[in-house]
Amino acid sequence: MFIVKYIKEVFNAVKSLFVGLRRTGYYFTHHKEIITQQYPDNRDTLNLPERFKGEVVMPHNENNEHRCTGCTACELACPNGTIKVITKFDIGTDGKKKKAIDKLVYHLELCTMCNLCIIACPSDAIVMAQTFEHSVFDRAELTKILNNPGSKIMEGVE
Amino acid sequence: MVEEIGTTEEGDLIINVGPQHPATHGVLHLVITLNGETIKKVEPHLGYIHRSIEKMCESLTYRQFIYVTSRMDYLSAHINNHACALCVEKGLDVEIPRRAQVIRVLMDELTRIASHELWWGAMAMDLGAFTPFFHAFRERETINDIMEETCGARLTMNYMVPGGLMADLHPNFQKRVKEFITLYKLKINEYAELVTGNIIFQNRMKGVGYLSAEDAISYGCSGPTARGSGVSCDIRKLYPYEVYDKLEFDEVLETEGDSFARYMVRIGEMNQSIKIIEQLIDNIPDGDFQAKTKVVLKLPKGEFYSRVETARGELGVYIVSEGGTTPYRIKFRSPGFSNLSALDHMARGSKLGDLVAMMGTLDLVIPDIDR
Ligand code: SF4
Ligand code: SF4
Repeated sequence: MFIVKYIKEVFNAVKSLFVGLRRTGYYFTHHKEIITQQYPDNRDTLNLPERFKGEVVMPHNENNEHRCTGCTACELACPNGTIKVITKFDIGTDGKKKKAIDKLVYHLELCTMCNLCIIACPSDAIVMAQTFEHSVFDRAELTKILNNPGSKIMEGVE
Repeated sequence: MVEEIGTTEEGDLIINVGPQHPATHGVLHLVITLNGETIKKVEPHLGYIHRSIEKMCESLTYRQFIYVTSRMDYLSAHINNHACALCVEKGLDVEIPRRAQVIRVLMDELTRIASHELWWGAMAMDLGAFTPFFHAFRERETINDIMEETCGARLTMNYMVPGGLMADLHPNFQKRVKEFITLYKLKINEYAELVTGNIIFQNRMKGVGYLSAEDAISYGCSGPTARGSGVSCDIRKLYPYEVYDKLEFDEVLETEGDSFARYMVRIGEMNQSIKIIEQLIDNIPDGDFQAKTKVVLKLPKGEFYSRVETARGELGVYIVSEGGTTPYRIKFRSPGFSNLSALDHMARGSKLGDLVAMMGTLDLVIPDIDR
């Protein structure tokens, strides 16, 4: 029964097209469900999850103090030399010499956001920030110094 | 070398597809010898995104090298990390806590679904249907959001580290995954309505790019490519790692060996992954997410090998250690390379227009091939 088979095939083919078209028609009439975001217009309401790895930063408290001891664990953990810890010796209040950081240089252009430095840091001095708009006109701007100028180590952090 | 002349001595036409051809994902360069519209030979030229990952890994420590492997098969980043972490753990001889094992499997399966979703959209787009791409991305986006919440990144997570995981699950994880499962079940029949059942799609896929089981084995194909030809090669079943041996799921096999069979295998695998996730999501055991490991990892002298099933097939990681903190040699056996090598055999004698369908069903990720 060649002819019956042929007609059946044609019928099924046309039916398959209409099944697809029905789905298309459904979305044509139900366009309320919006799945896209109006970036960058929604910048103010954009909430990235707190674990999002955007950039390494060093939080400071209100007295301009950070938690970094200058132990260089982050520098050793980093796979591509993104962090350079430059240390100096401070004279503490008791007159003793104490190791402290002069600058913690961070090359954003090299960073792969792998989180290894954050895990390696024994005193939780660095964290990941949720910023992600990193494009700048000059490459030099991507080399950052994470500790604020004139900042000190927090009391009680060893 | 690419021939400068457009024709061979027999009068066959030589054309270059790629590196920037819209039909190729990544930058794959194919030199095709054509007799009229019939393909006589397909020659892939590789190396456009070769980053020398294997060599790079040799200068990185066992904790550091994992992040680079996310950049191989970027659609199965979790599974790549998993393979490397497994290999290092084998060398260290540590057993990771059960909680970490379950989470790893959950993440692997979510990655597999995300990868297959993207493949499905891209494949339909290659064949001229643009809308499925958006449908696929709608669901994939949900998975990406889950990943972003727990791992902090959408593609290159670096979440599975030697000894366990980088961080514990986000408190929202279970809820979000359950929401995703509901959404997936609601939407998956759209895939069948829009693409699978479509007569134009079926005619372009059925009987195209035939690969016999023997050829699949001799070319070293793995994953859905080989399973479409009826070769049972699921590492999760054959060499179970983590908790896969305690799970109930089927290895999806089709025997036709054509593009449509490979397509059906991937669609079936998504459903199996959902089944695995459903079994685990309510049974994540409590406990640590990391085993106790030293800060500086040193593997004993010797050779270590681990294999996992990525979304594209079997990924093998082979580490030679001299006893130091960095590997002496690392070799990755990537599934994409062997699958691509079967393309020439598949394509010979078929028409140029069918090549896109074949490449689509091979699910090529070029950074995985080039490394
Ligand atoms: S996130 Fe990774 S690459 Fe970036 S500074 Fe930290 S360790 Fe280095
Ligand atoms: S940021 Fe942390 S790991 Fe790096 S030097 Fe400071 S204390 Fe050490």
